[in-house]
Amino acid sequence: MTPLQIIFILVAAMTLGAGLMVVTARNLVHSALWLILALFGVAIVYVLLQAGFLAVVQVVIYIGAIAILMIFAIMLTRNIATESGPRFSENWSWALVIALVLFGTLAWMLSGWEGIAAQAPAISPRFDTVRELGLALVSPDGFVLAFEVASVLLLAALIGALVIAWDRR
Amino acid sequence: MIPLSWLLFFAAALFCIGLYGVLARKNAIAILMGIELMLNAVNVNLVAFWRYRTPEIMAGQVFAVIVFAVAAAEVAVGLALFISVYRRRKTIAADEIDMMKW
Amino acid sequence: MFDPINAIAQWLAELLAGWGLSSGLVNLILTLLGVVVVASFVLIVDIFLVWVERKVVARFQDRLGPNRLGPFGLIQPLADIIKLLIKEDITPVGADKVVYNLAPILALATVLMLWAVIPFAPTMLGADLNVGVLYIVAVGAVGTLGIIMAGWASNNKYALLGAMRTVALTIAYEVPMVVSLLVPVILARSMSIHQIVNMQTIWYIVAAPLAAAIFLISAIAELGRAPFDLAEAESEIVAGFHIEYTGMKFGLFYAGELLHALTMGALFASLFMGGWRGPFVEQAPILGVLYLFLKAMFIYWVIMWVKYSLPRVRIDHMLNFNWKFLTPLALAVVMLTALADKALVEFGVSAGSLSYSLSMLAVNLLIGWITLSLLRSYARIERRRVAAPRPAASPEYSGVAKS
Repeated sequence: MTPLQIIFILVAAMTLGAGLMVVTARNLVHSALWLILALFGVAIVYVLLQAGFLAVVQVVIYIGAIAILMIFAIMLTRNIATESGPRFSENWSWALVIALVLFGTLAWMLSGWEGIAAQAPAISPRFDTVRELGLALVSPDGFVLAFEVASVLLLAALIGALVIAWDRR
Repeated sequence: MIPLSWLLFFAAALFCIGLYGVLARKNAIAILMGIELMLNAVNVNLVAFWRYRTPEIMAGQVFAVIVFAVAAAEVAVGLALFISVYRRRKTIAADEIDMMKW
Repeated sequence: MFDPINAIAQWLAELLAGWGLSSGLVNLILTLLGVVVVASFVLIVDIFLVWVERKVVARFQDRLGPNRLGPFGLIQPLADIIKLLIKEDITPVGADKVVYNLAPILALATVLMLWAVIPFAPTMLGADLNVGVLYIVAVGAVGTLGIIMAGWASNNKYALLGAMRTVALTIAYEVPMVVSLLVPVILARSMSIHQIVNMQTIWYIVAAPLAAAIFLISAIAELGRAPFDLAEAESEIVAGFHIEYTGMKFGLFYAGELLHALTMGALFASLFMGGWRGPFVEQAPILGVLYLFLKAMFIYWVIMWVKYSLPRVRIDHMLNFNWKFLTPLALAVVMLTALADKALVEFGVSAGSLSYSLSMLAVNLLIGWITLSLLRSYARIERRRVAAPRPAASPEYSGVAKS
């Protein structure tokens, strides 16, 4: 067991544990904090996969913006009276069955695929992933269209969120 | 090196946990948290396949970056909707928001 | 080469290898030792900062500052620490214990993590991340989380309100900070801070003064120091998000804030003022640490100067200033810097030469002049609008009669 594998097992266990706490925590703010831990675990997995830029972007966007936004929304929509109501809907057992069946199906399909035992090919050290990612995002024979459409999408979301949440009274 | 199977099983497990959160929770924001877990699992999958199959072609990472942007946009609009609904109905439980016009 | 730190590390590595440990384990032990050394050094400097802060604020306010304990009051911070340690540790009723205790730890830990990417000397560096600049933004974002955890876990309306205002301010000012951080990245063609310092044969404050100014203003707002210090405004919100924290937990918040200010000073020095660069650094790398701290202390002094000279800004003025002035200015600076860089490289001016820096300075001065003339015309319009004659009292203005 190489140290890398041990680190991955620990990080994966932490992330999955945090994910379970997200969906079962009684207090919603605790749920948000467990979500932050899970997102952090995913960032560490990105580092293990040598996608360091994505790891830092994950922390900035997910933890630094999305998670804080969720905590704000939780605090703004707290109904103290019904705080301790049941947190699962009535069909939670069906949800558990569906989740387990889906996981079983995915695991069975993946183990039947022969490419799953592949080892990671080495990246040449002169290959600067950050530079290549930047080039891919803005070069005309790369993904510049997706990049521009994503920015238009973000602009639409910005304006839409402002308009929806505007307090017209 | 980490075998690819471990990463894919990890992503599948995270996805199913997120799916359980979406289907079983009542609070709308908790459902949104389940969606975030699912999006992260998908991203892990994308980056794992990028690394193990075509590390010289950046399409996998570009896809993951676009998923980041889409997730951020979706959370922003979703939370704005929840706050707006909360102002009208004083509740945010998914099973209590069941009428089109009060 | 007079480099004691690396010499000691080399000797220790040979000693451990001589004891029969594998090279991976030796590396791990040396890395952990390096982490401990850097963290301890930074925290000891933090204690010294408490003294610096109190002396400097005293001089700005025309008084002496602590001068009883030890020569020039140098033992004063130790007395402060002892006082904080022996205070009663109160946890408010109904507070969320785990989150309540975790918040000050997170606030200080994220500041310490920033020191991992700041190069102390040409050969002394924590971790040469190729995305160092983005790492700084990420760690700052996690620090914001500590504030909101503190505010929520205190089970106190005022703490929560203070925390939310502070977090709104911090997230708002992250935008011009990130955008202005792009300018040294463009000039150095790398996001690694080590590389940015290496490329600064001419300090980047010459080539990008506007970006440096925007970074400094956003950094002051991020720190939560005056004139943006809503969080600690005793007259407004009774000490804000750390109202319920006593003893050493408050000490962690306070020390974390001072250390964050010095860290921002060190970052500004590394990104815009050449970091460890100075005379004789190639022969004696240990001098690099001295130069870095001198520059960082200078910027820290500037931050304190701003704090103790300017009155507090109102929250809506702060946010207006950010969204309507700083962010468009930062975007304009980045766009024009990138354009000028492309044009200059086309004309054969190599990056790092004097003519390159002077051309960039000219572009910055042009943007500054255009901004000032726009502000002047806006101010002229505002003045005319306010000076327009209007009735002294009428039902619409006094709000009594609604039409």
